Amino acid sequence: MAILVVAEHTNAALAGATLNTVAAAQAIGGDIHVLVAGAGCGAAAEAAGKVAGVSKVLVADSAAFAHQLPENIAPLVAELGKGYSHILAAATSNGKNILPRVAAQLDVDQISEIIAVESADTFKRPIYAGNAIATVQSSAAVKVITVRATGFDPVAAEGGSAAVEAVTAGGDAGKSAFVGEELAKSDRPELTAAKIVVSGGRGMQNGDNFKHLYALADKLGAAVGASRAAVDAGFVPNDMQVGQTGKIVAPELYIAVGISGAIQHLAGMKDSKVIVAINKDEDAPIFQVADYGLVADLFEAIPEFENLV
Amino acid sequence: MKVLVAVKRVVDYNVKVRVKADNSGVDLANVKMSMNPFCEIAVEEAVRLKEKGVASEIVVVSIGPTAAQEQLRTALALGADRAILVESSDELNSLGVAKLLKAVVDKEQPQLVILGKQAIDSDNNQTGQMLAALSGYAQGTFASKVEVAGDKVNVTREIDGGLQTVALNLPAIVTTDLRLNEPRYASLPNIMKAKKKPLEVVTPDALGVSTASTVKTLKVEAPATRSAGIKVKSVAELVEKLKNEAKVI
Repeated sequence: MAILVVAEHTNAALAGATLNTVAAAQAIGGDIHVLVAGAGCGAAAEAAGKVAGVSKVLVADSAAFAHQLPENIAPLVAELGKGYSHILAAATSNGKNILPRVAAQLDVDQISEIIAVESADTFKRPIYAGNAIATVQSSAAVKVITVRATGFDPVAAEGGSAAVEAVTAGGDAGKSAFVGEELAKSDRPELTAAKIVVSGGRGMQNGDNFKHLYALADKLGAAVGASRAAVDAGFVPNDMQVGQTGKIVAPELYIAVGISGAIQHLAGMKDSKVIVAINKDEDAPIFQVADYGLVADLFEAIPEFENLV
Repeated sequence: MKVLVAVKRVVDYNVKVRVKADNSGVDLANVKMSMNPFCEIAVEEAVRLKEKGVASEIVVVSIGPTAAQEQLRTALALGADRAILVESSDELNSLGVAKLLKAVVDKEQPQLVILGKQAIDSDNNQTGQMLAALSGYAQGTFASKVEVAGDKVNVTREIDGGLQTVALNLPAIVTTDLRLNEPRYASLPNIMKAKKKPLEVVTPDALGVSTASTVKTLKVEAPATRSAGIKVKSVAELVEKLKNEAKVI
């Protein structure tokens, strides 16, 4: 049986998380088809066709899919998905929004945020903010699954040559409408895909002080994240939050600055390869997971760090 | 309008859970339980809608063991008008919960259903979306702002790159994100008054819902532990280690 991967894209380009999701599909085994549902999404579909390991790209191009409204897209995915053994999507805010709706329409349970594939029907996923790992088995005819991108190395974006096929796109369900969006603008790498992440917490004291982290991040080519405390205090926007309820990252290097290390924050970063903690409280829980800890005042340490790299 | 709020009894978010030695699950014996933090935000939002004169009645529902009555009483103390407990000692998956909630929605006919975006135990983030699919309603997930305007509700959602606003036809399903509001505390007089508010107990059978699941948990393990790190004395030493030992910069 074939596997349907629901692509994450911006109509003009394919999102990186789709490559990790295709990797998870390869681990399951079988023909991999990618669905690109959007409006004017030809470029994204073309990019999907080049992804290594993909054998077919289905394109559903309709104005109703312009903003990925689940009321419009879920019926399409559920209808197409009936012919597949697995339906996969990245566990992004978009994937999480759409896939449970698809699963309920197919009357099957959904498995969220898998981090490993044991076999075609058995998967590992974290529960309790990553403090336990459950191995779950599905007997559903169609297995509906979201994939945690950091659990799988992305497949190559080039090298494939899949046929692109248009599918009959559905219309507007008439239940919801897109009003507007406010996207945070940033020139730095995307948080979930960055090799290095520098994050600040309450210890930054105010939003202005984040400039020290931005300067360091720019030197390192890193993305900048934040703890919930820093977001709630209004230092930075919420899309920078790393943690159980924010983004899950697993970079090569994670530098936690002025972050105590609450369970909910660790849930979002403890799979990082190397963790560095800079905190003036030597008893902060973050030091228990840090490979390298520095007990120091961040306002002295960060500029010095920046000068040395 | 009538607002239905779903709440879940979960391990308190401050508890560091331990995996059982036989790998059958996490040890929940004698562990402090509370209302799921996202559900508290859902209750708060409903109460604020009532205070604004938008909501006329708040019905709070929980699905779980008898002890979940504690969380329903908490919601009543925070301002909900009445409570429904769908009593089930089985461990239910999100689809089973969504089906039970659908039965409650059919019976109560609320205009707005508010749930948390995810429960901090199973971390599934599914129930609201599934309930929306089953009832055929629009969904506004990960809401950071909710405004009812006539027969529509405008929901500002937290998405990966920022914020997105959608307009949903009522009745609709909304799931709360952390920044929707700051939940209030229950006052002692309100906790006393909540004891007198109605709390109805029903069974899944009485609702005519089968909660059989296609997913079973084979085992639960502790995550791999990180090997202990070292403390460096200076920034220079840190940079040197990152360059030459860890080779990450």
